[in-house]
Amino acid sequence: MILPALIIFLLAGGILAWSAEKINASYPKWIALAVLAIYLVVMGSLWSAENTTALTGGSWKVHFMKPWIPQFGVSFHLALDGLSLLMLLLTFFLGMAAVLISWKEIQNRVGFFYFNMLWVLAGISGVFLAMDLFLFYFFWEMMLIPMYFLIGIWGHENRRYAAYKFFIFTQASGLLMLLAVLGMYFVHGATAGEYTFDYFAWLGTPLSTQTGRWLMLGFLAAFIVKLPVVPFHSWLPDAHAEAPTAGSVILAGLLLKTGAYGLIRFVVPLFPEASHYFAPVLMGLGVLGILYGAILAFAQTDIKRLVAYTSVSHMGFVMLGVFAFNEVAMKGVVMQMITHGISTGALFILAGVLYERIHTRDINHMGGFWPQVPFMGTMGLVFAMASLGLPGLGNFVAEILTLLGAWQANHTLTILATVGLVAATAYSLRIVQKIFLGKPEHHYTLPDLSGREKLILVPLVVAIVWLGLFPQAVMQQVDQPAKAGTAQTQVTTSGLLVNQHVKGGEHDPK
Amino acid sequence: MTRNDFLSVVPLFILTSAAILIMFSIAVKRNHKVIYIITLLSLLADFVYVVANMAGTRHELEPLFVIDGFGVFYIGLILLTSLLVTMMSYAYFEQREERKEEYYILLILATLGSVVLVISKHFVSLFLGLEILSVALYAMIAYLRKRERSDEAGIKYLILAAFSSAFLLFGMALVYVTTGTMSFEGMAQYLATVQGLPFMMVAGLGMMVVGMGFKLSVVPFHMWAADVYEGAPAPVTAFIATVSKGGMVGLLVRFFDTLHAQQYPVLVLIFTCIAITSMLAGNFLALRQNNVKRVLAYSSISHMGYLLVAFIAGDAMGTEAVTFYLVAYFVTTLGAFGILATLSDTERDAEVMDDYRGLLWRRPWTAAIFTAMLLSLAGIPLTAGFVGKFYVIAAGVHTQQWLLVVMLAVNSVVGLYYYIRIIAVMFEQPQRDSDQPHMLHPVAYIISGFTMAILTVSLIWLGVFPAGLMGIIKGLL
Repeated sequence: MILPALIIFLLAGGILAWSAEKINASYPKWIALAVLAIYLVVMGSLWSAENTTALTGGSWKVHFMKPWIPQFGVSFHLALDGLSLLMLLLTFFLGMAAVLISWKEIQNRVGFFYFNMLWVLAGISGVFLAMDLFLFYFFWEMMLIPMYFLIGIWGHENRRYAAYKFFIFTQASGLLMLLAVLGMYFVHGATAGEYTFDYFAWLGTPLSTQTGRWLMLGFLAAFIVKLPVVPFHSWLPDAHAEAPTAGSVILAGLLLKTGAYGLIRFVVPLFPEASHYFAPVLMGLGVLGILYGAILAFAQTDIKRLVAYTSVSHMGFVMLGVFAFNEVAMKGVVMQMITHGISTGALFILAGVLYERIHTRDINHMGGFWPQVPFMGTMGLVFAMASLGLPGLGNFVAEILTLLGAWQANHTLTILATVGLVAATAYSLRIVQKIFLGKPEHHYTLPDLSGREKLILVPLVVAIVWLGLFPQAVMQQVDQPAKAGTAQTQVTTSGLLVNQHVKGGEHDPK
Repeated sequence: MTRNDFLSVVPLFILTSAAILIMFSIAVKRNHKVIYIITLLSLLADFVYVVANMAGTRHELEPLFVIDGFGVFYIGLILLTSLLVTMMSYAYFEQREERKEEYYILLILATLGSVVLVISKHFVSLFLGLEILSVALYAMIAYLRKRERSDEAGIKYLILAAFSSAFLLFGMALVYVTTGTMSFEGMAQYLATVQGLPFMMVAGLGMMVVGMGFKLSVVPFHMWAADVYEGAPAPVTAFIATVSKGGMVGLLVRFFDTLHAQQYPVLVLIFTCIAITSMLAGNFLALRQNNVKRVLAYSSISHMGYLLVAFIAGDAMGTEAVTFYLVAYFVTTLGAFGILATLSDTERDAEVMDDYRGLLWRRPWTAAIFTAMLLSLAGIPLTAGFVGKFYVIAAGVHTQQWLLVVMLAVNSVVGLYYYIRIIAVMFEQPQRDSDQPHMLHPVAYIISGFTMAILTVSLIWLGVFPAGLMGIIKGLL
């Protein structure tokens, strides 16, 4: 019951926050914070829960299932394993940071703002838990509307354009996924004789080569737009740059992760053969993203756009790792999802903090801030170092594992991806250089971080350092999913290969 | 006429007697409220009768009518929709100067026509139903004569409807010449004896499609839609978009399913072309509109295109999908026009974008409901429109109509743009404080509010718990 309650309380909390605005304008943020804090604790308590429920594709910590639309074989099916748990912890952790950073930034329509925020988080949590593909699509779409409102109402100058672009890109790719989901539904129904959207039933469905590839492309469309993979990334810089700080944090920290999660949870296990077929191309796109994102990040003058492009670059590692098909790379990818969420979220928070003080996002108007704001400078330095992958911080572990895994799959691409790390150094240092060092050209009076801002950033620093020093804790959580994912892949692919071999044998005239 | 025959056409009798009763009542004294209540009660009584007594029965009233589960469902749907249109009409017409009472007679007659359509199994009843519906609509569209656009809309509809009726009649004649019968089943029997589709039959059916396509406002018979939607009073527009189209969809499904039309490639081709062009034209023409009524007009054209996808799929699932989609579309359209009617003032309807600017901050509830309706039209989860679209796509994928479903997906994205444009306008900061319009008696607002509340709740309910309605549809069809 804990899983549906999670989503229901987030939704209810949103409604409560909206209606509480009438009583007192400061209630909504307290409500939002309280809901998220409670769930952070609840999820934390599941950390050491045993994997008790055995289902196809591994065993799960918590599992909930209830028929929803029996005529279609749709059930309200949620399940939690280590991967989902990590993602949910990240969701509530960054959610709290997003609430805290909006504390003073959002002054108008406060209630509606927190309503949207909690609903986005509900949609995201649903995505990380849904084990029924109809339900998954349902949540996938559900998180769009509140996000659209967050960008469109509280964003910066060009918010309308950014909000449209975000919405239309994600919706279009989502519809392709819907077609693929339905295609898979009928294919599975025809072979298994039972029409259902259940993920576990779908695992291991034999697909003809052609069908499998088309269906996989449908799923892939949604996930690589969300991730995003170059050349489907163009919504991202706009959306990230125009969103309010909390919106950017949620977008970069969580929404992008739903794409990565979809790849790990659905694309690879459901379409092992097609995944192997497309793997070189997809890894190549990943590397392209790493390099292209890094180069563009280096050329940006808008600090939020800069950070946005670093996301494009970092998410390239996810593509590279997922389609390397081995456990090391898979663990690297999971680490990357978490550490990127934290470090990029923190950079967006810093950008927001700066914007609140000097009302510009142009880094050419910044410079020499360190003497005035040493604490903020330190924070900036830490997260810039995290972003470039300094050993000792979480991102290093993530990237090195991904590269190690990818090396086994493809040497050339791995070398090129490693070049991306050099570019990452360039843009990360440029952030520090342009903002905090150098000569002050404009004379702003900058107060250093307030207590509330420290309260947001310090836990993020702790988290990123902890992840860098003790990554094993996270690894253990994904031990099983990662193994299950890759093992599943190997089993089914070898099965298919055998099949093909047999077929080939039959057709062989000799 | 046996007792059973009589019992099965009681819904028609209730409607006709209600119309006569209202006429007498007007002769005695004009009183908007009394007439409104008579209309409401008779529609409600009719609906209750249909639900309580007719579900699960099948009765044929030779040679004209067949009352089966499908018919009963559509009758119920039409009656309920008319009821909701009536509910939102009171506040709207109370503000207007013209004589309001005859509107309700026309409304009931148009409903009658639509009901006749969905249970007819013979060309004669088809044509009777269609004409009862159309003639009532001519007057309803031009009902507010003093407005500049309403005459234009009425005359446009009159001429084009008459024209399309002529096509329909000619088509029927050709079909009759070929098959020698006017009953749907007779045609099906004839078709079973011949190989393929005779040429005369193709020509006849093609001409009938013109007549039917006109009522559905699918491309290329959609020219009237935008002007009529714009010119007609908001509740009438809601009526045209729902009851009138719904009746025709019911007929279309019954007629072509009886004929097993989906097995003839030429007919499938015709409908595929109509569906695709409707989706494309509807959505792309809506992109540049600045009038909300016109946007909704073009959006309804594209929605009929979506609906045809499921219709072309043709199997049991297709029919279910058509029916479910229709219900979702009715709820949504009624909601959207209901909001439009609520916001309209004595001078004109709230149809330009400026009427909606900053609505979310001025009237948050109204704006929230309108947003929900628009999102449902766009097919976003939590709303009925999402499940409807899902059902249609499922039906299309099931029969492997890949071209159609991909077109549907692409068009949904295009459609999204103009729906969210209206939403974006609603949450812009208002530029000026609009003065509060003249207030009516609070009861009028309570009724409108109640109507909107029902629609919103059903919208969300169908979006989150669609299983109930799916079960009903499956059970009846």
